[in-house]
Amino acid sequence: MTDTSTTIDGRALRAWLHEFARRVAENSDHLTALDSEIGDADHGSNMHRGMAAVVAAIDADAGTEPGPLLKLVGRTLVSTVGGAAGPLYGTLFLRMAATAGDAGPLDAAGFAKALRAGLEGVAARGRTEIGDKTMVDALAPAVDALEARLAAGAAPATALAAAAAAAAAGRDATAGRIARKGRASYLGERSIGHQDPGSASATLLVEAAAAALGTGADGQA
Amino acid sequence: MRKFLNDPGEAVRDSLVGLAAAHPGVLRYDTANGIVVRADGPVPGKVGVVSGGGSGCEPLHTGFVGHGMLDAAAPGQVFSSPVPDQIIAATHAADAGAGVLHVVKNFTGEVMNFEMAAELAAIDGAVVETVVVNDDVAVLDTPGTAGRRGLGATVLVEKLAGAAAERGQPLDAVAGVARRVVHRARSFGVGLSSCTPPVAGRPIFTLPDGEIELGIGISGEPGRRRVPMRSARELAALIVSEVLTDLAPTPGAPVLAMLSGMGGTPSSELHLLYGEVDRCLRDAGVEPVRRIVGNFITSLEQSGAALTVLELDDELISLWDAPVHTAALRWGM
Repeated sequence: MTDTSTTIDGRALRAWLHEFARRVAENSDHLTALDSEIGDADHGSNMHRGMAAVVAAIDADAGTEPGPLLKLVGRTLVSTVGGAAGPLYGTLFLRMAATAGDAGPLDAAGFAKALRAGLEGVAARGRTEIGDKTMVDALAPAVDALEARLAAGAAPATALAAAAAAAAAGRDATAGRIARKGRASYLGERSIGHQDPGSASATLLVEAAAAALGTGADGQA
Repeated sequence: MRKFLNDPGEAVRDSLVGLAAAHPGVLRYDTANGIVVRADGPVPGKVGVVSGGGSGCEPLHTGFVGHGMLDAAAPGQVFSSPVPDQIIAATHAADAGAGVLHVVKNFTGEVMNFEMAAELAAIDGAVVETVVVNDDVAVLDTPGTAGRRGLGATVLVEKLAGAAAERGQPLDAVAGVARRVVHRARSFGVGLSSCTPPVAGRPIFTLPDGEIELGIGISGEPGRRRVPMRSARELAALIVSEVLTDLAPTPGAPVLAMLSGMGGTPSSELHLLYGEVDRCLRDAGVEPVRRIVGNFITSLEQSGAALTVLELDDELISLWDAPVHTAALRWGM
């Protein structure tokens, strides 16, 4: 089946966010363990607190449009997570919200466009480039893969699966790099050999999209 | 982990409830906004001085709220910066119409959250100046890093800019004092153990017997190098050398020396180390005309110490000597 039309509405986005929250909760200790090696040992607990607040907020919100929902997510993360992750993940969703606008449900290309804007927001807020050993190292290849597969006519589920694989590969590659941003950069060469926790949580975000939107968005797939 | 705790997730809030109970005339804990404010603030016509950062570094920042220092502090979770909502609330609580100075330590999360807060507070009409503190000589200040961390100089900025604000100086002058302190202060820290954040429940790292971390920050993370333990005399020489090489003070200059424990080193050891540091400073040709030894900027119960040296001038000496009344620093009133 090569049908690339799909509908990503508030219900699908809620499924994505619930799945991301579930994966963050499941991996909270792992994320904190990664952060304790090269950071300040709070990434898992911070993201867990933030996503629990997001789940509560979106469950209490009856809206169905992607734009306002994504804005609610961004504002909730900014006001609950703190650290570097709060402004970065908050900016990601706020930029997605601005791109989604009030135009109603997104198609897969619209979702990719919003994710691209979110990635650019993260890079600008963190003054980060790919290779700095941050969440951008997972997000950038994921967005690239998503856009490329959709442009080539792949089904949304296939494109999202490719994006998740690209994110994981980007995440794994951070282990070999010297950190140039955040606390890990203070360690210089001592940061080599440790996976970046931000790239690990960002990979969960994309994997959650593949799991929740890949099937849900395709309806039957 | 054996700590005085109820729910680890509520450790910061519970601690601030206690801080407010212990210092009712000095500060107030605004539980709704999660911030600590001066009991008698905002002071009409005075520039507001606001700071904030991850909790776990007490008495920084909440212990420095009061007359002559901070008007409000935004405490984040342990070792995690506050969120913009808290910083905005602190900014408004400190704003008496003369503008507000944000004192921000150069940590990625703190810089980003203060940046978002300043943007949002400005929309509400607040006039905010920001000074970023980056005094840690252990971190290379190159484009390939997040830049030097803000360490002990933060305490000195809060005291000296706070005194300038208390004197009624305008925002640009208060910010000028803060920037002068940042420009002329350097710090270097040594860790003898890890610490245990309440939520994590276990030490951040483990040190083999007889090894220490050089160039630590204030959130329990490892330092720049791990080396064998050595005598206090040798350590003092190393720390002073690291700081002065970078500061390059004017020969014979009067300096302020702050030796801050990391939270887990007894006063006797800190003073033992200070004796060595004082001698090293004099041997190196600078004179500590003001000095302060104790726990001022810490990492929970980590053992260790950090030296901050500030090259002084007459105005900075006078601002340092000005009255202050906070939970952690009090003199002259």
